[in-house]
Amino acid sequence: MGQKHQTPLLDELEKGAFPSFVKEIKRAAEHSEYAQDLLGQLELSYKEKVTHWKHGGIVGVRGYGAGVIGRYSDVPDKFPGVAHFHTIRVNQPAGFFYTSAALREICDIWDKYGSGLTNMHGSTGDIILLGTRTENLEPVFAELSSRGWDLGGSGSAVRTPSCCVGPGRCEWACYDTLELTYQITQRFQDELHRPMFPYKFKFKMAGCAVDCIASIARADMSIIGTWKDDIQIDQDEVRNYANSGMDIQAEIVDMCPTGCMSWDGNELTINNEDCNRCMHCIAKMTKALRPGKERGATILLGSKAPIVTGALMSWVIVPFMKMEPPYEELYDLVERIWEFWDEHGKNRERIGELIERMGFPTFIKEVGLEPHPVMVKEPRRDPFFFWSEEDIEK
Amino acid sequence: MICPLIISERGVYMDKEELKKIIYEMVEKSMGKKKLKQSDILKKVSAEHGVDKSEVKAALRELLDSGQLIFTYFGGSYVEIPPKE
Repeated sequence: MGQKHQTPLLDELEKGAFPSFVKEIKRAAEHSEYAQDLLGQLELSYKEKVTHWKHGGIVGVRGYGAGVIGRYSDVPDKFPGVAHFHTIRVNQPAGFFYTSAALREICDIWDKYGSGLTNMHGSTGDIILLGTRTENLEPVFAELSSRGWDLGGSGSAVRTPSCCVGPGRCEWACYDTLELTYQITQRFQDELHRPMFPYKFKFKMAGCAVDCIASIARADMSIIGTWKDDIQIDQDEVRNYANSGMDIQAEIVDMCPTGCMSWDGNELTINNEDCNRCMHCIAKMTKALRPGKERGATILLGSKAPIVTGALMSWVIVPFMKMEPPYEELYDLVERIWEFWDEHGKNRERIGELIERMGFPTFIKEVGLEPHPVMVKEPRRDPFFFWSEEDIEK
Repeated sequence: MICPLIISERGVYMDKEELKKIIYEMVEKSMGKKKLKQSDILKKVSAEHGVDKSEVKAALRELLDSGQLIFTYFGGSYVEIPPKE
């Protein structure tokens, strides 16, 4: 197949040292009409500085309301290969662990039913299969299902839960992020496939506060590993770091956000009561320091990217929860939060926005959480204190 | 075939097929006026007919699984009647 459309603007993106998506689409265009016309439409968009995609409409396979994102060209006569160019989200394995056979299987299925173009992975974490026609949706879903794959979340549903590599590769994981991700996916299958909320809801599981998956900024519910007891210290290894040239005062002690550490040139002391478990010192001195032994997770709620309103970061709602099967305490909390959201949420209002609108005290009262000082997101800005009726002795 | 009966909170017996009909008619009536989310349907049917939300959800699910109703996406996810071919 020769190149169907001239693409002088896109060709510029092939120059330079970095990998180029244009180069990859051109490779796919050697055997795919989808990719040929995708290049043509993209070139037109670059030239006119306007998108030619229409988004949404009737989506999904029978019984599912999530997992397929409808996409249509608004210039189908010029580019018939991308007249329909729907995206399919496939639920990725927890921690993105694949066999090469599994990857080949996905690619073979996608070459058969779609453009052959993939995005590994989308920002939600799913395997993204880019570009197919409406009539191919049911067949591709049937083939994926028959081989043990399932669609991921989209629309006003639970989005495909995702996590860091956790104990699969990381010694700092304070709980089994892979197991929890799998169990949450199984438990909330209905909520994942059938959009029932005011808007999307994302879970992200991070094994420790280093938060490699940036769950604190990207998930409605961020479940971040932490510990309750003291940081484990190997003083001999601390001294080895110092002898190897590390400036422990400047690089560790002075960088501690709560100032809970001291170094006398021989011994590192940590006041664990003041430690906020940020992991900075542990990440810098991997041989000398380790998280404590009583491990679990902090539950945070509310982060989101700016779509309807501005970006939010998650904030603490449960300082510490043991994160072990069967996870009933977590599921119970999640369901109470969803009830609150379902009752009060406006259309397209994320849980974090709802809490901002109704107030955190209302949220914790209705969800049945005990107030705790670490829930304070930022210092008060007004000097007034509002007592509730029941707080006042009459 | 024996139709399953649903006992409402008010003690009213409701045939599951009857519940599906109520849901379908609600979606049909709102077409072109207001797009309904799944939660809108659960709340409204539950409030108007005294049936537990989980029963409404089960009936709605049968309608979706059979293709009589579908999910659509327009900046959010809605339940609608599929277009006639």
